[in-house]
Amino acid sequence: MVVALCMALLYAPTERTMGSAQRIFYIHVPLAWVSFLAFFVVFLGGIIFLRTRDLRWDKLALSSAEVGVLFCTLMLITGAIWAKVAWGVWWPWGDPRLTTTLVLWLIYLGYMLLRALSEEGRIAKVAAVFGIVGFLDVPVVFFSVRWWRSIHGVVVTSRGLNLDLKMASTLWVCLAAFTLLYACLLLHRLLLEEAGDELSRIGRR
Amino acid sequence: MGYLFAAYLLVWIGFFLYLLSLSGRQRRLSKELEALKGRTSEGG
Repeated sequence: MVVALCMALLYAPTERTMGSAQRIFYIHVPLAWVSFLAFFVVFLGGIIFLRTRDLRWDKLALSSAEVGVLFCTLMLITGAIWAKVAWGVWWPWGDPRLTTTLVLWLIYLGYMLLRALSEEGRIAKVAAVFGIVGFLDVPVVFFSVRWWRSIHGVVVTSRGLNLDLKMASTLWVCLAAFTLLYACLLLHRLLLEEAGDELSRIGRR
Repeated sequence: MGYLFAAYLLVWIGFFLYLLSLSGRQRRLSKELEALKGRTSEGG
């Protein structure tokens, strides 16, 4: 992570139009990538839980949703700051990428509320379906800039990354660092979930 | 430069608060475990 931050702040060249603020890109894009990855894990965990009824997959989905909501929140915040610098407004309403991302955040926030307000274990099946259906918004977010007119920049094109070599290498390192951070947070959250389960099992004895 | 600083700062504050919440939950679980151990040793 230190290497990624040094590369983002010192190694990557300063962009001509946006200046230093363009470096927000090196945290914004990885936050978006990890959000999608986390919600994919919720989707996958939900499917496997529905097939096997093994609660460990439900715990994985719940843990990943929580970490995903954190990354998605930070992605929206950095996106708003980027929007202020690039377009002069904090939130350009009507832009398809921003609107679909906000919807994605609200879906998984709803998922978390559903889990928090319901009795543990009883809601797992409904939550799994919610998590699976909610994931359908991820491809919509990704392709929104191609399907509709958007002011949001396109980094990943059909010919690869639309970036200078130094910028691309910085982005790759940042993507790896944030993915690793997600894995660590997910593991920590999952262990917490398992410890809670163990405690209630002991308590019932 | 201010916007760049704000973005990086907010992201790290976010991660820090989440880690703080995880460690808070961890502490609560440990306390519950201790209480449970106390109860079982009293009972047994």
